[in-house]
Amino acid sequence: MAVAAKAGSQSKSSPGKSAASRGARTLTRRSNGPVALSRDEEVSAYRDMLMIRRFEEKAGQMYGMGLIGGFCHLYIGQEAVVVGMQMASAKGDQVITGYRDHGHMLACGMDPKGVMAELTGRSGGLSRGKGGSMHMFSVESNFYGGHGIVGAQVSLGTGLAFANHYRNDGRVSMTYFGDGAANQGQVYECFNMAELWKLPVVYVIENNRYAMGTAVSRASAQTDFSKRGVSFNIPGEQVDGMDVRAVKEAAERAIQWCRDGKGPYILEMQTYRYRGHSMSDPAKYRSKDEVQKMREEHDPIEQVRRRLIEEWKVSEDELKAVDSHVREIVNAAADFATTNPEPDPSELYTDILR
Amino acid sequence: MSIEVLMPALSPTMEKGNLSKWLKNEGDAIKPGDVIAEIETDKATMEVEAVDEGILAKILVPAGTNDVPVNQLIAIIAAEGEDISKAGNAPAAAPVAVAAPAAAPAVHASVPATAHHDIPAYDASGEIPHGTEMVPQTMREALRDAMAEEMRSNDNVFVMGEEVAEYQGAYKITQGLLQEFGPRRVIDTPITEHGFAGIAVGAALTGLRPVLEFMTFNFAMQAIDHIINSAAKTLYMSGGQMGCPIVFRGPNGAAARVGAQHSQDYSAWYSNVPGLLVVSPSNAADAKGLLKAAIRNPNPVVFLENEILYGQTGMVPKMDDFVLPIGKARIARTGKDVTIVSFSIGMTYALKAAEELATLGIEAEVIDLRTLRPMDVDTIIASVRKTGRCITVEEGWPQSGIGSEISAQVMEKAFDYLDAPVIRITGKDVPMPYAANLEKLALPNVGEVVEAARAVTYR
Repeated sequence: MAVAAKAGSQSKSSPGKSAASRGARTLTRRSNGPVALSRDEEVSAYRDMLMIRRFEEKAGQMYGMGLIGGFCHLYIGQEAVVVGMQMASAKGDQVITGYRDHGHMLACGMDPKGVMAELTGRSGGLSRGKGGSMHMFSVESNFYGGHGIVGAQVSLGTGLAFANHYRNDGRVSMTYFGDGAANQGQVYECFNMAELWKLPVVYVIENNRYAMGTAVSRASAQTDFSKRGVSFNIPGEQVDGMDVRAVKEAAERAIQWCRDGKGPYILEMQTYRYRGHSMSDPAKYRSKDEVQKMREEHDPIEQVRRRLIEEWKVSEDELKAVDSHVREIVNAAADFATTNPEPDPSELYTDILR
Repeated sequence: MSIEVLMPALSPTMEKGNLSKWLKNEGDAIKPGDVIAEIETDKATMEVEAVDEGILAKILVPAGTNDVPVNQLIAIIAAEGEDISKAGNAPAAAPVAVAAPAAAPAVHASVPATAHHDIPAYDASGEIPHGTEMVPQTMREALRDAMAEEMRSNDNVFVMGEEVAEYQGAYKITQGLLQEFGPRRVIDTPITEHGFAGIAVGAALTGLRPVLEFMTFNFAMQAIDHIINSAAKTLYMSGGQMGCPIVFRGPNGAAARVGAQHSQDYSAWYSNVPGLLVVSPSNAADAKGLLKAAIRNPNPVVFLENEILYGQTGMVPKMDDFVLPIGKARIARTGKDVTIVSFSIGMTYALKAAEELATLGIEAEVIDLRTLRPMDVDTIIASVRKTGRCITVEEGWPQSGIGSEISAQVMEKAFDYLDAPVIRITGKDVPMPYAANLEKLALPNVGEVVEAARAVTYR
């Protein structure tokens, strides 16, 4: 059985660790188990996660065909994190993340065609082919990238929150980073300022257990990332990042904390990436069994699918309709990204200055 | 034996200051650690502490005296058991100091005490309306006014940095801003350049217009990733969608006697980066007009100031809204024999050298770049086509410096006009030494510029 939590239980199995840090903690807490979603919410979460999964599978395939160049970091396995967070956030809230960013863009509602065409370096890409996989932005969707320098997005995301605070507009910045970036110095500089100035930022630490090829335990003295804000008095929680319900529930709490003017909040999302760090990573630092076990027992999409069938009695046909709709969108994106022309050579010298 | 109290220096660059108040009277007993007086410059205020024990025998410079030179005798402390009435007449001290300050009564001048005729004229070269009134102002005041004016007209403009608010600025550039605009818009940061630079860039991505002060650009190396990777490249990487209107400003280059880690010129570093604008003014008027332009510009601007120039007074046009164009050099002096190209404090050497050269019959044309990126190459080339010779002057290192770039541009665009090779006068290729004599050797000097001009003009 998956991570399905029993109401009221203090700890639950989670992919990262099992009940690692119980006991007296004033600043970090665990949720008491996810609140159930409505049928519509489950269907919508299923569709959004499936969209990311299929999109990333297609991107991997196109990379293999040589249509996508450079680095390509896939989000497969981590879909529940961004989808659950987005379910809890409001229009106007900002999202910023690192280089594993395709899922976040899709969850923000950015056009899959534009994302895929950026991956193939075409003129119809979201950055007109000048950014690539790691560098896409959307003012319209409040998506602030897409950053290739590990940890830089944490300062920038704190800056988005600074702007919200300055404008007093009630928006919250969702600043995503991984367990690797969590060891960067600037993260703690920003934790300090965010709490000092009570900035509305949710720090979403996507702990997928490996910083490139280095397991968390080999790189981190404190592997409970929800505690990383303790010396700044920032509250933190460990969340089962494979369960979209748990993510949404924790996100609601964190976002409300920020909107109430209480400052930043840390959510450690315990998750897992099925694929290598990037397309060129053979992932020899972990066993095939580990990956297989995670896929079989904790898959975020499979969990929702099972609930839809068993609890909501949704028909296989209805789910198939969702699947094929998603496939259509992804295939159309792939077609567009393959046939759309490369940027005009004149684009080389545009967009350097305004 | 009486003890002489001399006017102290608050910083290695201070030459004179105001004696604002005496906290002890003649005849008072003084113990080590007692604060006996307060002195101030336009940059900072400091208490003068006694290090010796005795009786304050004579105050030689009255409270309220402005422009007291560093090391001038300001008071005499009589040692224990010494006759106070005779202490002031101690042979060592007597002849020098007493008369001078007495002859200069305390005057609270409302304008800088420097006489107008000492202030270099500002040739506006058509950039301001004819007949505009010019007023003397230090570069420090001009920079402050530029920020204040832009903050008044646009609520999106805010100032952030270390000690910019409560302390009134480490170099007093932000003096009075907290009082006028409050803590929402004048924000003291912890000492975390990497983090707060990223925060400011993030805020700028949403359309706010941060003016980020680095206490000096030496510390901006901690933050250079955000200046380049986050600020300069985002517009391009976003296909023109997301701009970053931010100004990174602060003193750049060598101050005086602060050693290698606090004395680096980053002009060449930032001017290398597409997506940045790089400005480096040499005088108060340019500083004001260009900082206002930088704050209004929709792009990231690196605004390189110079600590030595902060206290220098220049004539600044009195206008409601004095804004200069970024990317345009200024011909500071016209001449036909040799072109000297410089910027920031390098202009000090260039202009003095031009004066000396004039006495030798060599007419130098001096170009103040003002903006390093985009560089006004057209103005340089036009001048070199006229003079056939080019010298560059900067305090930065020689390899891959601003002079190297100018040299390459001149060779590519005016090769046929050159009558001599381009010569670069730069800081020496060493980390900045501390010793006074070595530091002097490490920096360019007027003699080197004069020699280079004579060499290229074969005179």
